[in-house]
Formats: sequence, C-alpha cells, structure tokens
Amino acid sequence: MKLRPLLFGLALVAVLALPFLTDLALGRSWVRLLDFALLYAMLALGLNIVVGYAGLLDLGYVAFYAVGAYLYAMLASPHIGMHLPLWVLLPGGALLAAAFGALLGAPTLGLRGDYLAIVTMGFGEIIRIFLRNLNVTNGPAGIDLIDPIQLGNFSFSATHRLFGLVIPGIYNYYFLFLGLTVLIVLMSRRLEGSRIGRAWAAIREDEIAARAMGLNTKNLKLLAFAMGATFGGISGVLFAGFQGFVSPESFTMNESVMILCMVVLGGMGHLNGVLLGAILLAILPEAFRPLAQLQQQTFGEVYLDPASLRMLLFAVALIAVMILRPEGLWPSPVRKRELHASEEDNASTPDADPAPGGAA
Amino acid sequence: MDIFLQQVINGLVQGSIYALVALGYTMVYGIIELVNFAHGEVVMVGALVSLSVIERLVSRGYTGWPLIVISVLVAIPTCIALGLGIERVAYRPLRRAPRLAPLISAIGVSIALQQIAALIWGRNYLHYPDILPKTQYLIGGAVISQVQVVILLSAAVLMAALWVLVQRTRLGRAMRATAQNPAVAGLMGVDVNRIIATTFVVGSALAAVAGTLIGAYYQVGNHTMGFLLGLKAFTAAVLGGIGSLGGAMAGGLLLGVIENLGAGYMGKLTDGAVGSNYSDVFAFLMLVLVLIFRPSGLLGERGVEKV
Repeated sequence: MKLRPLLFGLALVAVLALPFLTDLALGRSWVRLLDFALLYAMLALGLNIVVGYAGLLDLGYVAFYAVGAYLYAMLASPHIGMHLPLWVLLPGGALLAAAFGALLGAPTLGLRGDYLAIVTMGFGEIIRIFLRNLNVTNGPAGIDLIDPIQLGNFSFSATHRLFGLVIPGIYNYYFLFLGLTVLIVLMSRRLEGSRIGRAWAAIREDEIAARAMGLNTKNLKLLAFAMGATFGGISGVLFAGFQGFVSPESFTMNESVMILCMVVLGGMGHLNGVLLGAILLAILPEAFRPLAQLQQQTFGEVYLDPASLRMLLFAVALIAVMILRPEGLWPSPVRKRELHASEEDNASTPDADPAPGGAA
Repeated sequence: MDIFLQQVINGLVQGSIYALVALGYTMVYGIIELVNFAHGEVVMVGALVSLSVIERLVSRGYTGWPLIVISVLVAIPTCIALGLGIERVAYRPLRRAPRLAPLISAIGVSIALQQIAALIWGRNYLHYPDILPKTQYLIGGAVISQVQVVILLSAAVLMAALWVLVQRTRLGRAMRATAQNPAVAGLMGVDVNRIIATTFVVGSALAAVAGTLIGAYYQVGNHTMGFLLGLKAFTAAVLGGIGSLGGAMAGGLLLGVIENLGAGYMGKLTDGAVGSNYSDVFAFLMLVLVLIFRPSGLLGERGVEKV
C-alpha cells in the first residue's frame, strides 16, 4: 500500500514537469499543443456526461463551447469596450452555456437516439450561422484583441519567474488548464457515483425501465445536457482568453464530431479513457507532421500533400481503433465485461446476424 | 416574373437532388440502423469522377447531354465499388459492436475519403466546362432551364424505379424483411449480408447520379462539397421519417422548397434584417419544429418502444 502514494507523487511531478521537458525536447509549439490538448480534454469530459453517462448522442456540443468563447470575447475585448474580469466571465460563461443547454434540450429530449443527434447537430449549425451573420459578433471576421486571462494582477500570458525558473505564458495556461481539468475530473467522478449519476446510467441502459422505476427521466436528461454544456462553456471562456481571437470557423460541426470521437475512441463513460482519447486525438494530427520530411528524405520529393496525408492517416487510425477495439481504447472494466459476456452468449450464432448491439 | 413559382421550381430541383441522396441514408439506416456519415462523400466522389470524365472528353470534341450520360456511366460503377468497399472494411466488422463504434468508423471513412479526394483532385474549387445547352422554358411567369427539367425527370424516374424494386420484386421483399428483423429474415433464408451489400450498391448508385447532376447544375465542385450536402440530405431523411423511402423523397423535396422560399422571402419579410444567408437556419429550424410535433418525422412509423 506504500506504492500508491509513491506512484501518485511520481505522476504529479511528471505532469508538472511536462511543459518544461516538452519544450526542451520538441519545442515551444508542442507546449501550445499540450494546452490545446487540455482544453479538448475538458470539452471531452463535458460531452462525456451527455454521451457517456446519460447516453444522449449530442452532435452539436461545440455550440456551448462557442457560447462561452463569444461571451468572453465580447465582454473582455475592445469590441464593445468592456473588460470584465475572469472571475465574472468564467461563472458567467458556465451559466450562459448551461442555460443554452437547457434551452436547446427542453423541446428535443423527447426524441429518440438518432433524431436527437440530428437535432442537436442542427442547433449547433444554427448557432454558428448566427455567429457568422450577426453584427454583435462581428460576423465571419470574428473578434480579436481579446484580453488574456488575468486573475488579480497575475496575467497568464506574461512571463513570470519563480525560484529562478522562467515560466512563459503558455506554461501558465498549461497549469491553469491542468488544474481545471483535474477539477472537472473530480467533479465527474463524484457525479458518476452519485444518485444522479446512477440515475443517468439507468436511463442510458434502459430509459423505459428507468421511468418505470420512478425516475424523472426528462429532468435528469435536461440536467445532463445543462451539466455537459457548463463544462463546454467554461472551456470556451478559457479558449477565447488563451487564443486571443475567436471566429465562427472555430466552431464548425467538424469540431463537435472530433470531440465525440475523443469520447468514443477513448472509452465513453470512463474518465481515464476519455482523457486518453482527448489527448491522443488532439496530438495525433501534429504527430503525423514529420511524415512530410520523411517523404522528402525517402523519395527526394513531396509527392503527396502532407496536410491531406496526415488527416488521412488520422482517419485510418480512427477506423482501425474502432474495428480492433469497438469498446474504446480504455473502457471501464464493467463495460468491457458486459461486452465480452454478450460475445460468449452469442458465440454459437453465425456472423450473419447484422443486428447492431442491443437493437430491439 | 412570378417569384413564388420560381422559388418553388428551384426548390423542387434542389430538393430532388436532396431526395436522391437522402434515399441512400434512409435505406442504410432502415436496414442496419447506422447513420452512414460517409454517404455525402460518396456523392462528392461521384461528382468529381464525372467531372474528370467530362474534362477528358471535352478536349476530344464531345459535348452536350451524351457527355453527361457517359460520365454518369463511369461514376456509377466507381461509387458502387466505393460503397461496397466501405461497407466491407468499415461497417461489417462492427455490426455487433456498441452502437457508437460504427458511427465513429463512418466519420473516419468520411474524413479519409475527403483527404483522398484532396490528394487526387487538389484542394481548389473545380469548375465544370460549359457543355449543356442554356435553353430555358417559360411556365406561368417563371423560368425553368433544360438542366432543371432533366434533373427533375431523372430524379422522378429513379425514385419510381426504386419504388418498384423495393415493393414489387423478390429482392425488394428480402430488403424489407431484413429491415424489419434481420435475424428472422436470415432464418427465412434471406442472405442478410448480401442484402446489406445490395443496399449499399443501390444507395451508392443513386449517390453517383446525384453527384453528376449536382455538378451539371452548379458547375462547381471540390473535396468538401459532400459534407453540407450530406448533412442536408440526412436532415431531409429525418424530416420525412428515417427508414421510410417515401419519407426521404418527401423530406428532400420539402427541404429544397423550404430553403428556397426562405432564401427568397426572408429578407423581404424581416425588412432586410435577416437575409438569405440564414436559409440554413430556416432549414434546421423547420426540422426541429417538425420533430417536436411529429417525433418520428413526417412519414415515419410511430414505433411503440418496449422494454
């Protein structure tokens, strides 16, 4: 039992040292990538509540991210001339996103699985189209010169010194995002085992049975929507402050799809899996970047457009993982056991049965 | 000029293309309950293949409708091969997997096809050569071009043919049986794997035709053109009630008309405050409204859920 705190300590040191080591080994752009990976981790954890816990397929999740980002962008930039502090805008973004989540969820939660997916997708697009066309949001050009995140006198984008260590802005953001990610993980973990979390699991497994057990499924689903949206809004606020610039193009449906891929690929409903999926998918496209050089070295010429090649490899990886590990890279032990149990049950039936898992 | 009638005509033309694509979504969904995310990309490949054929042949002096016919005859087998390949590689191994796994795999296929198309055709917008006659006909104060007439007619013929295939042939009966209950259909001697493959063949062939028609109509294409089109067509399928062939046709036409009327009138109705750039909002809003009042779509079956 002495091993556990030791491992924990080691992991803590590793995570804290990560930006310094990454910077030394791979360069500053990779530290920036780490920051984005953490932002995606927060988004994926938020979506995990909706998709993983409550089992509601949401394809418009990026809308909440956009709401948070635009709130911060409009109220903390020269755009309107207001410069509200983070401690107002972070809860504000969370609340506004939650309100949007409830607003969008209320009329649609009666819908069945894939219908809900397409409606959420539609809502996501509607929000993006409004952002693109409204004057308040400065249309397709977006909003720039957004204030960096600042707490009191501590500006996150400035370089600081601590015990002789030089800590540039992107490191500060790393630690900020890391702290918030840990906070969201803890909240998710507490939620999962709580009365509400168990009610969500019941709804996910069988909604009608859950209702028969006396659960108010409509309110619970709404709560999941709003809760997930909250984390989306928080990530959005942070994104706007970190990036210093927002435009509608950051909030396309592709982005929603990517976040969904992170959740499912990692192992939905399982926090470790979701974190793994988010960090992997955020970094993978960049990790494939050196391929262009490899191509040049091997063939002496760049035959295939590196940008396409790297997304192509990304897509192939996505398909391969799903085929080899349909339950995700790191599923929760319970889920894994369930899947393999059903495999054994059906071992005698031929492969021809095309019924997708659990379709009745 | 009668603006209302004009917008309805334009809407029907656009909607019949949506309908052809929506049929592909709805057939696959009806049988394996999978949102075939890559279907829009199959349409894109169809459009770009036919563009390549047209460009090759234009330089040899061919022109006019025969050229479109030749190009569609090349695009159809290409798309069919693609559809079969996708089903075999990305969906068949996942039939027994958890529900979202095939969806992610479909998203992967969609990204892969876009990037392969970008590698083959480049990332720029490609313009179709002017090969079709610009003949226009007047009906009741509105104008309809020859291209539009051909699109409407070919869509109508294809949909009628599909209807006959599904409702009147042995193969169609097997397809309907598989859609209802694959396990029981298998017990009755239906080769379920073959039926699913056939569904992909039919859907991909329709996608190839739709792609060629879109190319001929808008005269522009690139590797991302399948995305929004796929999204709209899927919306149309859901609007009509996913899984229902008639629903996909009706949903497609309705969506096309709504969008065009919305684009034509929105500026006027709101005094310029909300212009035609909101026509997509209009389409999705319509979808949300329909689903709130008819949760299974316009023509979808209202299944009773059981535990």
